[in-house]
Amino acid sequence: MAAAGDHEVKLLGFWASPFVMRVSIALNLKSVGYERLDEVLGSKSEVLLKSNPVYKRIPVLIHEGKPICESMIIVEYVDEVWAGMGPSIVPSDPYDRAIARFWATYIDDKLASAIWIILGKLEGNKEEAVEQIAAMLPLLEDRFKNCSRGKDFFGGDTIGYLDIALGCYLGWIRAVEEIVGVKLLDEKKTPLLVGWSERFCVDGAVMNVMPRADDLVELSKVM
Amino acid sequence: MATAAEKEGVVLLDFWVSPFGQRCRIALAEKGVEYEYKEENLSDKSPLLLKMNPIHKKIPVLIHHGKPICESLVIVQYIDEVWSNNPLLPSDPYERAKARFWADFVDKKVSECGTRLWKLKGEAHEEARKDMIEILKLLEGELGDKKYFGGEIFGFVDVALAPFTAWFYTYETCGKFSIEKECPKLTAWAKRCKERETVSKSVHHPHKVYEYVGKLKKKYGVE
Repeated sequence: MAAAGDHEVKLLGFWASPFVMRVSIALNLKSVGYERLDEVLGSKSEVLLKSNPVYKRIPVLIHEGKPICESMIIVEYVDEVWAGMGPSIVPSDPYDRAIARFWATYIDDKLASAIWIILGKLEGNKEEAVEQIAAMLPLLEDRFKNCSRGKDFFGGDTIGYLDIALGCYLGWIRAVEEIVGVKLLDEKKTPLLVGWSERFCVDGAVMNVMPRADDLVELSKVM
Repeated sequence: MATAAEKEGVVLLDFWVSPFGQRCRIALAEKGVEYEYKEENLSDKSPLLLKMNPIHKKIPVLIHHGKPICESLVIVQYIDEVWSNNPLLPSDPYERAKARFWADFVDKKVSECGTRLWKLKGEAHEEARKDMIEILKLLEGELGDKKYFGGEIFGFVDVALAPFTAWFYTYETCGKFSIEKECPKLTAWAKRCKERETVSKSVHHPHKVYEYVGKLKKKYGVE
């Protein structure tokens, strides 16, 4: 599944990072071959520090020697550069696009910090963090109803921008469920999201890059 | 007979001193779009605001033909996409990714650090001062010798940062440092921005901003 020279596209990442996963999924959707350069936990490579001097963090996409940083910005870049290949990731209608970008920002603001608080990696009240996630999911269930218009994904027939923005967290959501012993994604409360999450995880573009919840649970012990 | 504003169907829910709201005003002005401006009382939010932005209940909100768009940079991108004259984002995907990166950087860093600068005391204040100088220097590094962040064109990053030029006086005074001394190129850029009608009509005098922050300080018991 290689296109236009694998060496031209490099992804600085880490197997467990949901943000890196976003980029992998986008590249997979476009059938773009790329070289994975994984960081070692606890240290930052020279390549990373040089290519992302502002934040010094993954993911960084290096395309033809030029670095692109910040996961959803990279996803839009991939969609634009390889516009002719694979499905469109970003919605074509400006209003749908604005909605997708709004919810991706909301997800990043609320979900990421809640997960890290629950894992004890960020200061905060764990119970409140669990409640925060529980409060978000019905909103996203509603959003799914509106965006999908009866189809499989937020993006319609194929995985799109908002699917990627949210779906990358599924591994960690399952890990948190195991660690805390609380069901966050509950088919009784958010059946559409549960159905969506199952379809998302088995999609060809996602399957090989979604980390297993067990592995994430083990990782969270040593992080 | 419908006014130009009514024909365009654009309403902006805003607050006079908000740099986030001003981004939208500047973008609309750059595109020559007529719109209805509605000033919100943030201590008594209108039913319209609460209906149009139920998630965050914050301004700015752009309402286009009855449909709300929230989050200032999402709004600015929407404006850029719907009204294609005077594009704010470049056409090259890499340059677009860079512009989005730096606009996002402004979003993540400037206001948050600015708030710490006027709100906190002692060591935390000193840290805020150091952080602000670093943030401004990074922005100056990206600007380089260009006329605007968009090159010859007043672009997306310029729109994202221009409203904050009215806050430079407040940051300098609260932080006891000179932005001109630390960042001469950024200072020159701020001057050029103020000479643009779209900016000067949307942004308030730095002393008014300082006065406003003075009132906030009293409200929060910061002396």
